[in-house]
Amino acid sequence: MLYSTSGHGEARYRSISVARTSAMVLRYWYLLRSSWPRLLELVYWPTVQMLMWGFLQLYLDEQTGFVAGAGGVLIGSVLLWDILFRGQLGFSISFLEEMWARNIGNLMMSPLRPGEFLAALMAMSVIRLAIGMVPVTLMAYALFSFNLWSLGLVLVAFFVNLILTSWSIGIAVSGLVLRHGLGAETLAWSIAFLLLPLTCVYYPVAVLPGWLQTVSWMLPPTYVFEGMRAVLIDGVFRADLMAWALGLNALYMALAVTIFVRLFNQSRRVGSLLSLGE
Amino acid sequence: MDTTVAGAPRRPAAEAVIEVDAIIKSYSGVRAVNGISFAIPRGSVTGLLGGNGAGKTTTIAMIMGLVLPTSGAIRVLGHDMARERHRVLHRINFESPYVEMPMRLTVRQNLTVFGRLYGIADVRGRVAELAEALDLVEVLDRPSGKLSAGQKTRVSLAKALVNMPEVLLLDEPTASLDPDTADWIRTRLEDYRRERGATILLASHNMREVERLCDDVIMMRTGAIVDRGAPDDLIERYGRDTLEDVFLDVARGRSATPVE
Repeated sequence: MLYSTSGHGEARYRSISVARTSAMVLRYWYLLRSSWPRLLELVYWPTVQMLMWGFLQLYLDEQTGFVAGAGGVLIGSVLLWDILFRGQLGFSISFLEEMWARNIGNLMMSPLRPGEFLAALMAMSVIRLAIGMVPVTLMAYALFSFNLWSLGLVLVAFFVNLILTSWSIGIAVSGLVLRHGLGAETLAWSIAFLLLPLTCVYYPVAVLPGWLQTVSWMLPPTYVFEGMRAVLIDGVFRADLMAWALGLNALYMALAVTIFVRLFNQSRRVGSLLSLGE
Repeated sequence: MDTTVAGAPRRPAAEAVIEVDAIIKSYSGVRAVNGISFAIPRGSVTGLLGGNGAGKTTTIAMIMGLVLPTSGAIRVLGHDMARERHRVLHRINFESPYVEMPMRLTVRQNLTVFGRLYGIADVRGRVAELAEALDLVEVLDRPSGKLSAGQKTRVSLAKALVNMPEVLLLDEPTASLDPDTADWIRTRLEDYRRERGATILLASHNMREVERLCDDVIMMRTGAIVDRGAPDDLIERYGRDTLEDVFLDVARGRSATPVE
C-alpha cells in the first residue's frame, strides 16, 4: 500500500539523529561494497608510495649512512602523510559521490541536517583510511621492518591531529563545491598537496627560510611531523607539539565549519543547490 | 506585489498547508519570481502551470527551502521554510526527474537509506509495502542505474512516498514516460491522495495530467501569477475547449475572455 496504517511508514521527528548519520554511512558502505575498483584504489596508491619511499630509504641508508635511516623516518613520514591526504580525500570523495550521483537534492530535502551529513563524511574518511592504510602498514613492517603500530599512544596523538586537519580541509572544500558546483572539484584533489612542502613532511622545519617557518608553524601537521622525527630520531615524545597541534586544529575546524555554513546558506540564496553541475 | 487573482477562490488561512506570502526571488538583479502569494488548502491537488522560465521550479524550490526568497515568507504545515525547515522535512517529500537516486545502489538499498533518513520505524516493512504497491518487487535487488525510465520513475515515487508525506511536491512527475506508464503513475498518485488525504503541489507541462489530477491551477508567466482557478473554470473563463488552449493563451499574454 502507498499509504498504510500498519505503522511501517510512520516518520518521526528528531532534532539531531545518530540514525540519520548511520544511514548515510550505510549508503557509502553499500557503494564501496558494490565496486571492487573503488576498494582496490584505497590500497593501491598508499602501497605505491610506501614502496617507493621504503626503497629510497634503504638506498640512502646503505650508500650514505643516512642519519635518520635507522628510525625509518621516510616511511614514517609517508605513512603519516597518507593519513592526512587520504583522510581528506576519503571525506571529499564521499561528498563528491553525491554530486556525481545528482543526489544532493534528495539529501537536502530529507530530514538529514548538515551537521549529520558532515559527521557521516568524517566516519567514512576513517573507514576508507582503515581499509587503505592498515594493509599498507603491515606491508611496511614485512618489507622494511618499520612498525608504525609500535608507536602506540603516540600514534593515536599523531592520528587524531592529522585526521582533524584532513576533516577541516574536507569541510571547507565541500562548502566550495556546494556553492560553485563541480567546477570546484579540482580543489578536492589538489588542495592538500599545498601542505606537503609547507608542513615539512620529509624534512625539518629548520630547512625552510625564516619567513616560511612562521607560515609552517601555523599549520597543525607541522607539529605532527616534527613530533614524529623527535620520536624516531631522538626517542622523545613532545607533548607540547601535540598540544599546539590540537589547539590549532580546534581553530581551523571552527573556521572550516563557519565557511561551510556560510557557503551552504549562500548556495540557498543564489540557488546553486538546484544546479550543481559544472 | 500580491498577484493573487481577483475572483479566484480564496480559502481561509487556517486551512492552508502551504502559504506563500509575497515572495520575490532575484538572481543578479533579474526577478525570477515577482511577488507572488497563494495558499494551498489541506488535501487539495494544485497544479503550477507556466512556460519555460515562468518561475515554477524556483517557486517549488523555495517551498522546499532549497532556495531562499529574496523577500517574502513561505510556511509549510505552519513552519517557516527559511528558518525551521528541519522541523517539517520528515512530513513532506518530493519527486523530480532532475534529481536522481544513486545509480550503483540497488533499489532496496536506496529505499532503505531514505527510509532511515526519514526516521521510518519499520524500514524493511515499508520497503516491502512500497515495492508491492508500485510493482517493484522484481527489481528490488537491481542497481537503480540499470532500470528503464518507467522503473526509475516508480523508484523515485517510492522514495517520495517512503515517509507517507502529508505534503508532496512533484516537479514533472511523468516527464519522458510513455502514455501507459504515465497513466499508471497518475493512478497511483490519485490513490495516495485519496488514502492519505495528502496535499499535492504539481508542476507540469502536461495539460491532460493537470486536468485529471488537479482541483486548482495556478498559472504563471515571467515570475508572476496571471490566473488561478479550477481547470474547468479556467477553460470556461478563457472560452476554450482544453486547458492546453488556456495555457497557450496565458503563455502568449492573452487575458481571459470577460464573463458577461
